[in-house]
Amino acid sequence: MAMNVVVCVKQIPDPAAPSSLDPGTKTLNRSGKLILDDSDSYGVEMALQLAGNVEGSEVTLVSMAPGGEVSGLRTALAMGAARAILVSDDSLAGSDALSTAKVLAAAIRRAEPDLVIAATESTDGYTGTLPVQVAELLGLPSVTFAKSVATDGRNLKVERQTEAGYDEVECPLPAVVTVTAGVVEPRYPSFKGIMAAKSKPVETLTVSDLGLDASQVGWAGARQEITDVSEAEARSAGEVVVDEGDGAERIVAFLEQVKVV
Amino acid sequence: MAIDKVWVLAEAGDTPAPITLELLTEARQVASTVEAVSWGTGTATQAPTLGEYGATKVYDVGDLGGALPGAPVAGAIAALVQAGEGPDALLVPATYDGRDVAGRLSARLDRPVLTNVVGLTAEGGLATQHAVFGGTHIVTARFVGEGPGIYVVRAKSFAAEPAGGPAPEVVTAGVPDLGATGEARITARHEEERSGPKLDEAAVVVSGGRGLGSAENYALIEELAKLLHGAAGASRAIVDAGWVPYSHQVGQTGKTVKPTVYLACGISGATQHLVGMKGAKNIVAVNKDQDAPIFSVADLGIVGDVHKVLPALIEALKARG
Ligand SMILES: Cc1cc2nc3c(=O)[nH]c(=O)nc-3n(C[C@H](O)[C@H](O)[C@H](O)COP(=O)(O)OP(=O)(O)OC[C@H]3O[C@@H](n4cnc5c(N)ncnc54)[C@H](O)[C@@H]3O)c2cc1C
Ligand SMILES: Nc1ncnc2c1ncn2[C@@H]1O[C@H](COP(=O)(O)O)[C@@H](O)[C@H]1O
Repeated sequence: MAMNVVVCVKQIPDPAAPSSLDPGTKTLNRSGKLILDDSDSYGVEMALQLAGNVEGSEVTLVSMAPGGEVSGLRTALAMGAARAILVSDDSLAGSDALSTAKVLAAAIRRAEPDLVIAATESTDGYTGTLPVQVAELLGLPSVTFAKSVATDGRNLKVERQTEAGYDEVECPLPAVVTVTAGVVEPRYPSFKGIMAAKSKPVETLTVSDLGLDASQVGWAGARQEITDVSEAEARSAGEVVVDEGDGAERIVAFLEQVKVV
Repeated sequence: MAIDKVWVLAEAGDTPAPITLELLTEARQVASTVEAVSWGTGTATQAPTLGEYGATKVYDVGDLGGALPGAPVAGAIAALVQAGEGPDALLVPATYDGRDVAGRLSARLDRPVLTNVVGLTAEGGLATQHAVFGGTHIVTARFVGEGPGIYVVRAKSFAAEPAGGPAPEVVTAGVPDLGATGEARITARHEEERSGPKLDEAAVVVSGGRGLGSAENYALIEELAKLLHGAAGASRAIVDAGWVPYSHQVGQTGKTVKPTVYLACGISGATQHLVGMKGAKNIVAVNKDQDAPIFSVADLGIVGDVHKVLPALIEALKARG
């Protein structure tokens, strides 16, 4: 059965660049150019593989990001997704995870998904609750922490990580799944893919397009606030020595000193 | 909003998970009434211990018939809150099921969630501490607006201490109709065999990273862990690469460990790894790159090749018998 697979992709500041907090709002600085969160590249790959197995299936990306940002979406489109929905609106700045979930849920609903894929957590926010909030808002079952996902277009079979190993979980579609890093090897966009991505459709929506009220989102709707940011007690670096063949001995001496041996 | 009553979400099982006891202990510090919510077939069995750590009442959602816990447990809690029995704050463990319950409940009750909490202080309402940038900075946050606040707390944020309380009253909590949301079912469970102490309880943790070079070399880590009566851990890089199972992962998305000694071998010390092990009493690192960030938290850093240092260390420990 052909499937509409929706992947949530977050566009984030380059994690390789040093991160900083905005001194005014005490939230993460998101002013620079954004890129596709690496964590979501696994979801995109998983979606492409699952859609590829069932003829007529299609992958739609959904993202909420400031300033009409599409760079990360273009990367995922270049990997092979068919189209994207971007929600971008000044009133969204400062949204907490639940408000973000409401926005994404409204956008996802438009795509009439059979399967929604997200990452277990984002690289910059790592709250890790957003996909389940989306599932509840959409009235769908969810399976988090998937390390493998298979589907026949009607049902989902997932291996879900647990403290001690993994569980086999089954659930009917439509459903929300979160995937861990390493589930699949994300493909690199080909040159052809990059060229094709330039002309793939990206629908840009505002908060009112989604029928949401601006007072529910952004700073206006946020129900949590940061009151202080301080430096943690630094762990003082100890002794760093170059191994001259005596490295093992030094470790043993240290272990003796702390009475572990 | 003053905090009078706090609920702790207790992981299912015949005995309480360590994090359940940590959360109960902390709940006692910030509230006068502490109660717990649990599910599964073991609630009555773990109830006396929950009482010893401060719970005066335990809501038992009961056997879920194979359903994934997130939706039914959140449904049961939401029903209690809507019936006016709810707490001022709910402390949820940062576990797989805990996060699912928190997300579901948040959307059901229309309350946000504060996640990655590593500290709590009661000052009128509850203020939360969160470690950011690999633990170099602490952010303090709080809810504004109506409760109950939902807090997802990381393991090992608090030390567990019994208070000697009596066995609590156990009451049944019903699950409302969940519609499609309750349809995910566990059909089989697989547990990896492990010998030796558990990763998050061991006094010594020896972890390996990509610097080991290959999956075969992880045997060095396992042998060292065994010689030191400790547990073997890993960075995410080698879990993703399939060298070791996920249950070995230390860090933000893996386990939080606080051993007496943490020995990091061929691990660079990315911020997401550091948040999982920075609380160790002593840290020893072996890395061939003098500038590796792991050295900034190490008490003893050896700039060297794991392929030389680890076999020599194994020999030296064996020689001591
Ligand atoms: C959302 C998110 C969550 C994450 N969660 C986690 C987590 O929970 N845990 C975690 O660990 N990571 C996590 N990461 C990944 C993290 O950012 C790093 O990529 C990872 O920790 C790197 O693992 P590593 O140190 O083994 O590999 P590398 O960073 O590749 O480091 C290998 C090190 O080995 C050294 N080396 C190489 N050869 C030798 C040798 N012969 N002898 C000695 N040293 C040698 C190198 O100098 C280098 O420092 C997460 C990332 C994201 C985005
Ligand atoms: N702004 C966003 N746009 C699209 N997807 C998002 C957004 N925020 C979070 N997600 C998805 O939800 C996952 C978990 O995010 P988080 O709750 O921030 O850890 C991410 O990895 C994404 O898959």
